[in-house]
Amino acid sequence: MVPAVSAADIAPTAYAWEIRATGLKVKVGRKRMAVDGLDLSLGTGVHGLLGPNGAGKTTLIRALATVLRPAEGTLELLGESVGGLGEHRAVRRRIGYLPQEFGYYKRFTVREFVEYMAWLKEVPKAEIPAAVQRAVERVGLADRADERMKALSGGMVRRVGIAQAIVNDPTILLLDEPTVGLDPAQRLRFRELLQELGTDTCVVVSTHLVEDVAAACTDVVLFAEGRLVFHGPPDELASVGGPEHVGDSPLERGYSALLLNPGQGKGTW
Amino acid sequence: MSVEHASTRIIDGYARGGTGLAADEVWALEAHLETCRVCRDRLSAAVDAEVPAVASLVDTVWSGLDPQLAAVAPVPRRRHRSARLSSWLTPTMVPWLAMVVSVTLLALLLDLAGTGSGEVSLVLLFAPVLPVLGVAASWSRGLDPAYELTASVPRAGLHLVLRRTAAVLAVVVPALLVAGWVTGVTAAQWLLPCLAFTSTTLALGGVVGVTRAAVVLGAVWAAVVVAPTLATSRTAFALQTGGLPVWGLILTLGTGVVIARRGAYSVLGAHR
Repeated sequence: MVPAVSAADIAPTAYAWEIRATGLKVKVGRKRMAVDGLDLSLGTGVHGLLGPNGAGKTTLIRALATVLRPAEGTLELLGESVGGLGEHRAVRRRIGYLPQEFGYYKRFTVREFVEYMAWLKEVPKAEIPAAVQRAVERVGLADRADERMKALSGGMVRRVGIAQAIVNDPTILLLDEPTVGLDPAQRLRFRELLQELGTDTCVVVSTHLVEDVAAACTDVVLFAEGRLVFHGPPDELASVGGPEHVGDSPLERGYSALLLNPGQGKGTW
Repeated sequence: MSVEHASTRIIDGYARGGTGLAADEVWALEAHLETCRVCRDRLSAAVDAEVPAVASLVDTVWSGLDPQLAAVAPVPRRRHRSARLSSWLTPTMVPWLAMVVSVTLLALLLDLAGTGSGEVSLVLLFAPVLPVLGVAASWSRGLDPAYELTASVPRAGLHLVLRRTAAVLAVVVPALLVAGWVTGVTAAQWLLPCLAFTSTTLALGGVVGVTRAAVVLGAVWAAVVVAPTLATSRTAFALQTGGLPVWGLILTLGTGVVIARRGAYSVLGAHR
């Protein structure tokens, strides 16, 4: 008889945090330190990574996706240190990643592309068709699955990006600006999907839209100039702002209150 | 292996709703039914024979579903060919391979027409660098739109690099063999330099990025071998049989570096 649950499903987790960074520094190019001494522990839930443009959000997400090596400090993913020069295949199998610039192959159909990504992510061959169908259905593209990618709208391409990220049922899901190009209805649907995924996955969503964070995230990571400014639930961020701060919602006022320090204000943007 | 099937009493009891069965019997039966076709058939026969209420309910559900199922378009036949191909090549590689093969053909035509460089075969001159172009294209940021995704997957790294390199060589080497056979250049003269160049591109690519490495090595080849050969109309020493041990040494060194630095191919840096 085939057991209903595999040994891997009931094995105890050997780590306290899915993502744990201590003193993390990541370089971009030769000199610039885009992430500069970050201490952060993230567990299961939806974590909204907020920050102004150029704060180092994309660099941090790339480091978490293990495509950039940390220059200093330690980074542990699922209890395994990913600092050194290794391939980290076991960890990568459990990560889903949507880059900010989502490149795709125009001649592939949605299904072929997600299948190709599933193959690259070493999903067992027998499970690929079912995993692909499930991922495509979750992002609401089941009726367009056999169309070529070049025939899709920008929002649909973005959803294919989300589908490929979740095709391997990741434990850590990294989404860099996933809501760009989604219309309001799709954005609502996407927030629902995020909340659903956040029940058993560590989801890190980078965004510059404060309302995305308010609606879907269990906590906020506010990031500026490569450093952590704030980490806590959205309510706490909202309570920081007062009526004297810029913004249309309590969260936006809290956001501008925390970013309003002497170092800022170099330019009007 | 003998399989023990569920008894008729348990199956009949289950068909009637399982109220007469102990909880552990139900649990064991359901676990068995998931894997046993014979018992599933026996169960459906038992339902048809003994519980007409359930049978008619199932029929009603089916009659409600049938029109919907008929309306669903059949899934188009999957194109397995492209899926298998893309596990060996970047999906955008085909034009590049076509270009490399056509350069081979062009060199061959010039050789045959005799307009080239007199004594020296153009096929021989270009053979070592042609695969390098293909390897560069298979790991390049500009030519692979999904390079960042590819770099982040578990299959990235040396394994995928070697797979794609092997695919490039599998296309380019036969084309060069044919060209060499037509022009009378022996394979030994160019095959070793060709492999040495490919491995050096990968080794250097782990440090500065594969595309940059290919550009650098292509330039070195042009300056050190192609230019002197064309200027003096004599085959450079590098391409004579005396140079083969050196090429063998370079190939070994290149391969060693690639294996030692295998982790370098799974980060974004290798895609420069």
